[in-house]
Amino acid sequence: MNRRELLKSAGALAIGSSMLPFFKSAAFAAPSDTVVVLIGNTINSLDIHRPGTNRPSYQVAVNVYDRLVTFGTRKLADGSLAYDYDKVVPELAESWVIASDRKSITFKIKPNAAFWDGSPVTAEDVKWSFERALALGGFPKVQMGAGGFVDPAQFVAVDARTFRIDLKKPSKLSLPNLGVPVAVVINSKVAKSKATANDPWAAEYLHRTPAGSGAFKVERWDPGQQLVYVRNDKWAGGPLPAVQRVIIREVPAQATRRALIERGDAHLSFQIPNKDAQELAGNRKVAVTGSPIDNCLYVACLNYNFEPFKDQRVRQAVAWAIPYEQIFRQAAYGRGVPMWGGTTAKPASAVWPQPFPYGTDLAKARALLDQTAHKAGFEVPLSFDLGEADWGEPAALLIQESLGKIGIKVTLDKVPGANWRTVALVEKKLPFLLENFGGWLNTPCYYFYWAYIKGNLFNASNYDDATVKKLIDETLHMEKSDPAYEPRIRQLIQKAFDDVPRIPLWQPTLESAMAPKLHGYQFWFHRQVDARSYKLA
Amino acid sequence: MGPLTIVFARCLQAIPTVFGIVVVTFLLTRALPGDPAAYFAGASATAESIAEIRAKLGLDQSLPVQFWTYLKDLSSGDLGQSISTGQPVAAELLRRLPASLELTLTALLLSVAIAIPLGVLAAVRQDSWIDQLCRLVVTAGVSLPTFFTGLLLIYVLYFLLGLAPAPLGRLDLLHVTPPQVTGFLVLDALIAREWATAWSAARQLALPSITLALFTLAPLARMTRAAMLQALASEYLRTARAAGLSRGRVLMVYAFRNALLPIVTTLGMVFSFSLGANVLVEKVFAWPGIGSYALEALVVSDYAAVQGFVLSMAVLFVLVNLAIDIVYTLIDPRMRIEG
Repeated sequence: MNRRELLKSAGALAIGSSMLPFFKSAAFAAPSDTVVVLIGNTINSLDIHRPGTNRPSYQVAVNVYDRLVTFGTRKLADGSLAYDYDKVVPELAESWVIASDRKSITFKIKPNAAFWDGSPVTAEDVKWSFERALALGGFPKVQMGAGGFVDPAQFVAVDARTFRIDLKKPSKLSLPNLGVPVAVVINSKVAKSKATANDPWAAEYLHRTPAGSGAFKVERWDPGQQLVYVRNDKWAGGPLPAVQRVIIREVPAQATRRALIERGDAHLSFQIPNKDAQELAGNRKVAVTGSPIDNCLYVACLNYNFEPFKDQRVRQAVAWAIPYEQIFRQAAYGRGVPMWGGTTAKPASAVWPQPFPYGTDLAKARALLDQTAHKAGFEVPLSFDLGEADWGEPAALLIQESLGKIGIKVTLDKVPGANWRTVALVEKKLPFLLENFGGWLNTPCYYFYWAYIKGNLFNASNYDDATVKKLIDETLHMEKSDPAYEPRIRQLIQKAFDDVPRIPLWQPTLESAMAPKLHGYQFWFHRQVDARSYKLA
Repeated sequence: MGPLTIVFARCLQAIPTVFGIVVVTFLLTRALPGDPAAYFAGASATAESIAEIRAKLGLDQSLPVQFWTYLKDLSSGDLGQSISTGQPVAAELLRRLPASLELTLTALLLSVAIAIPLGVLAAVRQDSWIDQLCRLVVTAGVSLPTFFTGLLLIYVLYFLLGLAPAPLGRLDLLHVTPPQVTGFLVLDALIAREWATAWSAARQLALPSITLALFTLAPLARMTRAAMLQALASEYLRTARAAGLSRGRVLMVYAFRNALLPIVTTLGMVFSFSLGANVLVEKVFAWPGIGSYALEALVVSDYAAVQGFVLSMAVLFVLVNLAIDIVYTLIDPRMRIEG
């Protein structure tokens, strides 16, 4: 008799309980001097020198630590801001002098430069920090090496405020390399007090607790969730940030990040896929900025270890058979800088990167292939990194289809992220692959150094040419103002055009979506959040 | 056999299982194709710097030596250090497990509250509208992937209607985590008497747990319905009815209690399964749980983290099974005698 009622009420309760949480909506409101930034990856360390620190963590080095120098700002054609590689400006150093033989640089540290604990930044701190970058090995050591800093004896603390760096040979890369995220200055007194016999460089401590002089301090770090920066009001490194607090939230799902930025619950969604950038470009509630990434190219590499690719005509045939336009539309969603269709076969300038003199011309490709021993066609796997599948997959599919038309049968090979580096860059055994190297230091010779010298990491093509090597050796450290520089770079680019071990698809952009009231967003070569310039208006 | 003996015996039985899992996960992680040293050496690493990192990780040792080191650390409760997060694995799991448990338990509670009445009703009134509803819910729950339901809910309730809070994890930006007691934010906030925080945490919890509940609801409702149908058709129920017992008593005491056994079994399975399987829900809602941790660790071949995750899941599995066995003995007196 009362069963029905009992069950009825149980059912009603169950349905009611599922509605409970949505009584009302409380619109999210961050205080007006707080910027909320969304990122998709996770920050895994607050210490850039630690082995295993991932790229998203580099932003901590940028926002929380200072370097001796940094770069100025330039305005791009679309009105957005970017760092200016050619303008090195003071950060901790107030001035510097390059010796007349160009074999040393002497820095004077700003008198008011102080760590958060109030102690002054001294030359000893700089020396200790640079020694640490070398001692902990891995990427920091390699990056320091790019500026010619390989030996701790090169770092000299002349007096408390004077620091000298001795160079084994003069190089135009030395000074800019002191402005990269790795070259941070750490409070060595604090760090040393936390060091142990097993851990002389306080890697355990600094991993969780930064000790710097930078524009922001870390207020809170919940690994896997968020990082909260709070402004250091005594910052001496540059103009005081306009915002008091910056909250970096890790939101792994791209769709969720997009919903959040479109709803206006965050100020900046850093690094969004090109597809979203294209779709959001017309949205008035969100501003999208796409900054071309300097010295970076998405390329198809042809490996010289693979028999058919030893023949220059085969490589050129492939370069003529790539459907550039289609790839640009479907893999890059039209966001990027085209790197094909150059009008002259000879480089007109030493600008890098510049469009290669290839386009999609299957007849030309066929004709070139017919001159070779491989005119019957061949089979080759095209590999790409699964971590880069958003552009790699559509690009690979389009290349597969197009090369099929000239008799090159392409199979697709997806390589998991953890594997990629080993097979593609270390063992260099993939015959045909998509690659995306970009150099932090923005000079053509630097790109060529990493990507066109046999044995160097990003030369996945195993390209080996004596002339190119000689040209790179000559130009790598030469000043750009040297009259001998430009002709040599032109020669290098000419070789890259003719030999095409790397076929550029396009120059990528770094896309970000932001609330219209966020100003001061600036592109940096390290491709991470630099919140120091952000303003809310 | 007394209940204590049963618990003890079950714990003993779990030891070989757990050891087997330790061996298998160790071997499986080593069989992953990636090279963690090369990965963690970073963008422009040289062969030399990769070797340095390999030595630092202890990966230059032979497999038996690595395994022995692992066992030694394990026996002292040390699950190792995750190289990708730079934190001790044990600490990380302890921090993330409550987040996953909070989500999973809330979702299960929710789905039990819906699935069991729904299943019972569907069985009692076979082929009525409620049975059709049950069928619909079950089919939808099974066929809709959680990331899809999650995104759909976000789209409708957050993006279009603005009813739900921003899917930014366990707490919105305005509140600070209360002091940890249980690790369940809502409870912790209540204990700390921070009402606003508790409310905020509950709101954050709502959408992901509904998403997960929609998914776990299906097997539970289906099992409830099937078990009830079987019980309703049984001889003892006919006897009970013939004896003139009230319909409520027949239904709840005789039918439902007997149907409870398979339901509890399913519940246990669904629980252990959804703890690991809610990784997609965690990703969509930026929920800092154990599933997303394991996935990230797997992608970068972070051995210690993967091993720690599998091991803790295995232990949890054993515990859940144990709990279910105990619940069995409470529900069904025969278990106590036979067990």
